Amino acid sequence: MPSAVDRRRLVGVHPERVSDVSSTDFPGHYPGEDNSWDLEKFRKNLRVDITRLSNRSIEFDLVGVDASIANAFRRIMIAEVPTICIEHVYVWNNTSVMQDEVFAHRLGLVPLNVDPELFEMKTPTDSATDRNTLVFKLDVTCTRKQKAPPDPTDDNVLYDHSSVTAGDLVWVPQGEQVELPVFIAKPPAPTNPNIVLVKLRPGQEVSMELHAIKGVGKDHAKWTPVATASYRLLPSVTLDPSKPVPPHRADKFAKCFSPGVIEVDSTTKAVRVNEQALRGESMSREVFRHPEFEGCAKLGRFRDHFLFNVESEGPYTPERIFPTSIRIMREKIAVLRKAAQALLADSDDGAMDATSERVSVEQGINVASTSEGTSGDVVMMET
Amino acid sequence: MNLDADNVWEHLDQPPLQGKGLTDPIKSVEDKWLLLPAFLKVKGLVKQHIDSFNYFVDVDIKNIVKANEKVTSDVDPRFWLKYVDIQVGSPTRTDVDAMKGTVTPHECRLRDTTYSAPIFVTIQYTRGKNVVRRPNVNIGRLPIMLRSNKCVLNGKNEETLARMIECPLDPGGYFVVKGTEKVILVQEQLSKNRIIVETDPVKGIVSASCTSSTHGGLKSKTYVTTKKDKIYLRHNSIHEDVPIVIVLKALGIQSDKEILLLTAGNNEAYKSSFSRNLEEAAKLGVFTRRQALEYIGAKVKVNRRLVGPRRPVWEEAMEALATIVLAHVPVNNMDFRPKAIFVGTMTRRVLMALDDEKLVDDRDYVGNKRLELAGQLLALLFEDLFKTFNTNLKAAIDKVLKKPSRTSEFDAFNTMQFQGDHITSGFVRAISTGNWSLKRFKMERAGVTHVLSRLSFISALGMMTRISSQFEKTRKVSGPRALQPSQWGMLCPSDTPEGEACGLVKNLALMTHITTDVEEEPITRLVFALGVEDICLATGAEIYGPHTFVVNVNGTIVGLTRYPTRFVGNFRKLRRAGRFSEFVSIYINHHHRTVHIASDGGRICRPMIIVENGRPKVTSDHILQLKNGAISFDDFLRKGLVEYLDVNEENDSYIALYESMIVPTTTHLEIEPFTLLGAVAGLIPYPHHNQSPRNTYQCAMGKQAIGAIAYNQLNRIDTLLYLLVYPQKPMVKTKTIELIGYDRLPAGQNATVAVMSYSGYDIEDALILNKASLDRGYGRCQVFRKNATMIRKYPNGTFDRLADAPLDENGQINKKYDIIQLDGLAGVGERVDPGDVYVNKQTPSNANDNTFSGQAATVAYKNTPMTYKSPIAGYVDKVMLTETENEQTLIKVLIRQTRRPELGDKFSSRHGQKGVCGLIVNQEDMPFNDQGINPDTIMNPHGFPSRMTVGKMIELLAGKAGVLSGKLQYGTAFGGSKVEDMSKILIDHGFNYAGKDMLTSGITGEPLEAYVFFGPIYYQKLKHMVMDKMHARARGPRATLTRQPTEGRSRDGGLRLGEMERDCLIGYGATQLLLERLMISSDKFEVNACQECGLMGYNGWCPYCKSSKRMAQLTIPYAAKLLFQELMAMNVVPRLILDDA
Repeated sequence: MPSAVDRRRLVGVHPERVSDVSSTDFPGHYPGEDNSWDLEKFRKNLRVDITRLSNRSIEFDLVGVDASIANAFRRIMIAEVPTICIEHVYVWNNTSVMQDEVFAHRLGLVPLNVDPELFEMKTPTDSATDRNTLVFKLDVTCTRKQKAPPDPTDDNVLYDHSSVTAGDLVWVPQGEQVELPVFIAKPPAPTNPNIVLVKLRPGQEVSMELHAIKGVGKDHAKWTPVATASYRLLPSVTLDPSKPVPPHRADKFAKCFSPGVIEVDSTTKAVRVNEQALRGESMSREVFRHPEFEGCAKLGRFRDHFLFNVESEGPYTPERIFPTSIRIMREKIAVLRKAAQALLADSDDGAMDATSERVSVEQGINVASTSEGTSGDVVMMET
Repeated sequence: MNLDADNVWEHLDQPPLQGKGLTDPIKSVEDKWLLLPAFLKVKGLVKQHIDSFNYFVDVDIKNIVKANEKVTSDVDPRFWLKYVDIQVGSPTRTDVDAMKGTVTPHECRLRDTTYSAPIFVTIQYTRGKNVVRRPNVNIGRLPIMLRSNKCVLNGKNEETLARMIECPLDPGGYFVVKGTEKVILVQEQLSKNRIIVETDPVKGIVSASCTSSTHGGLKSKTYVTTKKDKIYLRHNSIHEDVPIVIVLKALGIQSDKEILLLTAGNNEAYKSSFSRNLEEAAKLGVFTRRQALEYIGAKVKVNRRLVGPRRPVWEEAMEALATIVLAHVPVNNMDFRPKAIFVGTMTRRVLMALDDEKLVDDRDYVGNKRLELAGQLLALLFEDLFKTFNTNLKAAIDKVLKKPSRTSEFDAFNTMQFQGDHITSGFVRAISTGNWSLKRFKMERAGVTHVLSRLSFISALGMMTRISSQFEKTRKVSGPRALQPSQWGMLCPSDTPEGEACGLVKNLALMTHITTDVEEEPITRLVFALGVEDICLATGAEIYGPHTFVVNVNGTIVGLTRYPTRFVGNFRKLRRAGRFSEFVSIYINHHHRTVHIASDGGRICRPMIIVENGRPKVTSDHILQLKNGAISFDDFLRKGLVEYLDVNEENDSYIALYESMIVPTTTHLEIEPFTLLGAVAGLIPYPHHNQSPRNTYQCAMGKQAIGAIAYNQLNRIDTLLYLLVYPQKPMVKTKTIELIGYDRLPAGQNATVAVMSYSGYDIEDALILNKASLDRGYGRCQVFRKNATMIRKYPNGTFDRLADAPLDENGQINKKYDIIQLDGLAGVGERVDPGDVYVNKQTPSNANDNTFSGQAATVAYKNTPMTYKSPIAGYVDKVMLTETENEQTLIKVLIRQTRRPELGDKFSSRHGQKGVCGLIVNQEDMPFNDQGINPDTIMNPHGFPSRMTVGKMIELLAGKAGVLSGKLQYGTAFGGSKVEDMSKILIDHGFNYAGKDMLTSGITGEPLEAYVFFGPIYYQKLKHMVMDKMHARARGPRATLTRQPTEGRSRDGGLRLGEMERDCLIGYGATQLLLERLMISSDKFEVNACQECGLMGYNGWCPYCKSSKRMAQLTIPYAAKLLFQELMAMNVVPRLILDDA
């Protein structure tokens, strides 16, 4: 079975370097072969398999695309999928030990559960409306508990509201926001109510108004919808049949890999690679460290097999982030196509004002990033 | 032979003693380093300062008063006043109407007052015919050292300290004078009363010198030196060098034989080289004591101010020899014998050095040094002030007593009450200026005190352990700057500044202690009790006999012993038994065949575990008890398990570094090797893997790191305060870090570092930062700046006032007064923009007009507001109103800026590897590893090969292992987590053993071709930020005198085109550019010059020629015009001779 692996798909993992990191100039094309693009073939090779899904994270395989495509999705997930975050903080009173700026910074980083689809982008020149701004208020005063035991050490026993948490944020509906059915079902709030924002002591008080707006991660990391969105390549371990692992060292050999990757036959002490567990290999290259295993195993990674791991920390359910990133990418492509077509049309017209050209492209992007995406375009990748 | 040897050892294997055979491996004393926290618990980090101050306040001050106890009157011989006792009270408030008497240091800091306590004396004096006793008479106030036994913070627990707004981690040891924290730095000096032999190899001179210093006496230096192969005595009070034989004769040794015995002994070589001196005395015709005294007397400098009968010359000499020359050797009842022996010994040391040049002393040897601390300096200051106080008091009393008739009986107490605050102001002035100018003791020192640097916790701590040398910085001698082997364990080998003060400013190691004076008298008695023969009974033959050892106590020769080892052993036994102070040291000098006992203050010493019979006396049981809190460090001392060794005694001991190194002759065991580093160098993880200068660089940079300063940092109003928003304790810590509390007041963050090249914006040590990390708070810091002003009352009755915001003609408040509230002050929390007024103060226009006598309410006021000058907006953090000691209202406004790292901000790891931020990269562009982790910082690998900071690599490895296993790792010097163990953890967690990860490029999405060293390293943000430095100017202010652009960023100055740049332009021939830079854009000036006389005129008129005929206009730099005029003022006529080009 391992011999079936197309060595051209592999990135070589050697003791001190990684080889063949790039595909050819035209990924998937090799000299002397006909690799012309074929939708059927592409469709056959392209796979997206979800391997794990939980409330907060998703792991899935993306197979059959070039690194540039996979990376583009990763980048979009980090930097361009919009979320809603607190941006403006109006401090009426803050007698806590924390300075206003620091408090505001912490508030900004609190993830909110509001679907950004419901809101419009607010540019600095726009005035706040119910379509682009969500208002919260935070009013907490710490008091001493009346009947506190005499010798307590726990803050919660001694005081009321000794720590201000994300759960203390209260949504203040603006305009039509009250009637939105989504908000009636699930009022805007932080995704995690237990984030400690500041600790108070009796007599201290915070009172502020917070305005949350829509933004993207490339402007500020608080708008990133993911805690991490990354991928690694599927590992490959090939044993060299001409250089078998000595039976008395088989267990040591197996220890050089992540648990389960190498199976040792209990009687013959013969080793073999467990293809199912291979994806769990951490590529620690430990096997290269021992001279006795020199040449026994060859390590590599599949260049076009991406094991994605996306942890969601915002309003999105983990499975929604990837499709959203695809949609955003398609919008970007659409803008580019439109601009290219406009360019083409212009060149037909002959000399045209270059500046107006650029404006049209920019406008195109603006329109794209704020326009509501059509829901049908997620289908493409589910083949 | 071999068999016999085996037999000898055989019995050891047989009978088990207490269940253990003697050949059983010695169970190592585990965790013996726990002695260190126990030591620090007892002594604190700055024990040397506090001990010294306590000694001054408790003991020394009483001695000083005792030495100056009587005040008499020249007018009335029956009058006397005597100081019976003196004590220092506890710090009190000076405000007259204060409800609460005690004051906390923090209040003094905020109110710009002095943290001081009254000095009370008990006096006895005559009033008429009675003797009156008055206790608790206040004579002045003494600034109190924080955490000393007079301080209110002494012995307080953390909670009480919190109530006093004081940080429990603050070491104390400094003073608060006029609101500023002042440290009296430790001063390094050559030891007093000891003979130091030195040679000048160029001139072939050998000289033995001795600086005598007695309590309350003058310091003088005596030399016994060679000159043309003969030996002379030289002293400041004698005009010329006196032949040594004449000195000895004058000291009562008349026989040449005896002189020879006292100096050369029975050694033929010494005898022959000394004989010349005997000849010289004979040639000079000096044979008897009288002749010698006459000879010396003629050369003694007489400085007698008192009028009286002129004394004969020989008496003058006698007096000088008794009291001035070698003043520390006592002369009782005109018994010059001890002094003669001392001079004899000095001479012998010269002879020895002449014979064998190895027998000279090393000035730089730490054992020959003494450290002068706050206590000693304050004692000197107090003695001077007290003497002046008494002189003034005497003058005042005389003045009263001189009056023939008095209405009431004279009471000296009343006079004393009106003596002013001479002592108080003297202390305050000396400490706040740092000028110790005590004419009485010929002391003139500047820069004794420094403002405690509160840049970071470490900088404050580092300042408290600093030692400054008296050595001149400009001299090009390497000796005093070099690392002395005897510094081992006493002074930190790493912590010294670079540049001019390199090696001269040192820092104490972690366990060093500096002794205070111990009374000498009982020690001397003990020495005799232990069988030492009195030196006065011995002749030269005995003193230098083959088996005798001379016993010295604090440099003075007291006796002889024939069994030095036994004597020293007994002496040590008594010390270990606690019969006298543990800080008295004793050692044998085999070269000089002497035993030295030292009990003087200022010696550097440190504790060590005593080893007897090849076993350390501290056992695991003791450590267990220590762990349980059953015993403390003092118990170890008391039980004789641990003792202090000073440098000299350390040199006479056989100290094992580790238990495994103990051999039968071992006498001591080190407590912990890492204590040889100081507090600041102790922060470095794995310093023993670094190239040594890197540790030194880190010592300098650790003090510039922004972090937490103290638990009371948010209550402080300092001139400039830097704080890190999210400080973290280091992943890789050291034992020192835990001991000094750096993990509770850290100054840095654990950054995930990828050691790789990225983008080219990382050359020359520049760092790449992850924008998302900055967004999330990495490296975020705050800058607090104090702005203070006084609302003054003027002598003429007028006063400053605060006013609310003025309205303009439209009835609107000007924007710059926006944040001013009704009380004329900016509100707390308000944003202050550049140009905003935050204290709207008004000053009366006639404030300095002392002739004014009208109503204060009627005067006109002018605006003197405080405006915000920084180009970046800030926020008002605090506004404080208070009253100072002289009842002026003081306003302090603290303005805060929060800063996020930007391009050009400086960062550094703990290994002397600094770098500025070269590029800020978006998270998605950063490389990531298989786990999806992005680095916070990318460091260029070129930083490693030439710097050889292997410790940094191990820190990364240990940090990474710590992160994976969820534990903090140790990087303690000469120990710490092992690399193998760290690699094991990495392997167990599926990582590469070398810490190198496979990264994927965030830009292309493809794997990187190299593995990247990737993991957490503790990074410090340094105080140098671009925001404080950036500066440019096109047009701007000019200096009035020269009309050239001003200098410096603070004055919006121009950028200078210096002489080197000018040279380049000249070389290039760019004349027009030169002209433009140096004149047109700088200080061009049109002058009228007369072609007739060559002088400058004005308006086309030459005042010299009284004509306007041949005037020409030309452009010259204003500075040139100024030069001409200045020359003319000095009677030099510069004439301009004009010519057409």
